[in-house]
Amino acid sequence: MPAETRRKKRLDRSIKVRSEGLYGLASWREMTYLACPRVILIAGLLVLPLVLDMYWQRVLCAAGIYALLALSFDFLAHFVGLVCLGGAMFIGFGGYISGSLNEYMGWAPIVTIPIATVAGAFLSTLVLVPCLRLRGIYFAIVSFMLPLFAVYVIIALSLFGSTEGLSALATFPNSWVEQYLILVVVLVALFSVRRLVSEDIGLILRSIKDNDQAVKASGISITIYRIKAVFIASLIGCFAGAYLCHLYGWVGLSLFAMDFSILPIAATVLGGMGSLVGAVLGAFILTPLSEALRGFGQLRVVLYCLVLLCFILYKPEGLMNVLERKYHQFEKWEKV
Amino acid sequence: MEIIIYGAINSIVFALIAVGFSLVYGVSRIPNFAHGSIYVLVGFLTWSFLNDLKMPYWAAILSSLVIAAALGLAIYRFVLMRLRGLPTSEIIASFAVSLIILEGLRMQGIAGFKGFIGPFYVLPPLIEGKILVMGVFVDYQRLIIMGGGISMLLFLWAFTHYSKMGLSLRAIAQDEQAAMMLGINSDRVAMVALAIGSALAGLAAVLILPLGNIAAEQGYRVLIYALAVCIIGGLGSWAGTILASFVLGFAMIISTSLFGALWESVVLVGTIILILLVKPSGLLGKQKELEERV
Repeated sequence: MPAETRRKKRLDRSIKVRSEGLYGLASWREMTYLACPRVILIAGLLVLPLVLDMYWQRVLCAAGIYALLALSFDFLAHFVGLVCLGGAMFIGFGGYISGSLNEYMGWAPIVTIPIATVAGAFLSTLVLVPCLRLRGIYFAIVSFMLPLFAVYVIIALSLFGSTEGLSALATFPNSWVEQYLILVVVLVALFSVRRLVSEDIGLILRSIKDNDQAVKASGISITIYRIKAVFIASLIGCFAGAYLCHLYGWVGLSLFAMDFSILPIAATVLGGMGSLVGAVLGAFILTPLSEALRGFGQLRVVLYCLVLLCFILYKPEGLMNVLERKYHQFEKWEKV
Repeated sequence: MEIIIYGAINSIVFALIAVGFSLVYGVSRIPNFAHGSIYVLVGFLTWSFLNDLKMPYWAAILSSLVIAAALGLAIYRFVLMRLRGLPTSEIIASFAVSLIILEGLRMQGIAGFKGFIGPFYVLPPLIEGKILVMGVFVDYQRLIIMGGGISMLLFLWAFTHYSKMGLSLRAIAQDEQAAMMLGINSDRVAMVALAIGSALAGLAAVLILPLGNIAAEQGYRVLIYALAVCIIGGLGSWAGTILASFVLGFAMIISTSLFGALWESVVLVGTIILILLVKPSGLLGKQKELEERV
């Protein structure tokens, strides 16, 4: 049949409609329908460490780091309207703070990670505040420049071991702690950000993205809310950095490398922009892929970018939104 | 005296780097993150034309500039045009293109391609030698940069004020809808702007690169300089771009001679943050805080 004489018809599944709101509690079937995707995600992530071997367990930890970054990128880009091209900055700040506390003060990871998360988030927010008063691409540009500047500044002032970095930092007691720590944090961050964007503050943030003048006219300070959002996003990113530094027991200038900025963006676009879960899922798909290509060196970055471009041009909705549609709706071809 | 002469040369270098970016942004409101990578690409292309194909210098420069312009055209036509009006996707896509070019240049081992890594890639200066200018030795290449930069700025000014294409560039920059009503094809104009912007990046590359060697990492640095100049001058403001390149050029030369070369990046960050705090839209930026899509 030629394409012009038919079209795709999509209808919501009846169970989707039946399980909306309070009616979801009506029967086990509806409750299963609602809980199924969440349980699959949680159980899937928590089982992964048990089935993987040593090497891939390490990759899983790295994937968790990228997932956190992707989550923070997706939150900022699609719920606040700030495109952050410098995820590496969060990693760098978190990592360097945690690493230097461990190196110079001798504190254990259990102390340094929380301190580095909060202090790093304060610092990142502080350097990003000047560009929050403006709309549009200022934030993207400044956040792109900051990690590269951080490298120059660290080299210029020879701080924190300059080009060599700090090594022999404390690591986690065993591989179960390191894996479950990151997986639990990923899940907690994911579900709390999802909750956050459906609360009042999420509503305000989204309306700032859509029409900031209207928000201003309602007597709400845009800058304050943007600062809050950036702080939340950098909390997530800085935790990833602090975790990374104790995972490898080392901090160096490559914490500010392009990988940490571009892979989360690619993961978000692949997984589906604006769905949060998609970002996490994308990171858990892309990281093993890039690990398999480790031998090719710089080709990896080229690969992420190609994935990114293809998806953004030809499949802008991303994987997660397609899956969600298949789950909630049935499709069939019908004659026009 | 040394500070004044080298400061002026440095300012012209900044202006050369930034003007292409500023042109593209002013016309199409697309931040062309591929600017720095086209700069480096032109450097490497010219080098390969010179050394692998044994072309004469002028032919190598000319053909790599043509390739740069064609690349800019292609980037707009095949990538950015499909994403017009989606600011997030525009930024991400141009960033991705930039990384593909830059990291692709460093790629090794595919089809015998060795990757442009290492300090062997040097473009010869157009004219060797030095000359004494007001008591300071300046090499000819720096004078050529000076002359080339100033004549390019004059040419751009004339182009945008007296040619039909240039006038339509300015029309789109001022008010896209009104320009479209007068029969200006906004996509075609933006495409031309990106081609000119890329050729300008290439021109900057062939003028500036003979001063040192070519490395893929310079792409990031050049892009940062361009962005810094545009932010300080006010995004989309052409006079602001030139003013800001003089501010930055002198600030960096002065700080280098006072504190040493390592401090130049610190000065750069400091200036940007200061400007953003004091006057968020840049020195000559016309955009108010929230009035328009800056």
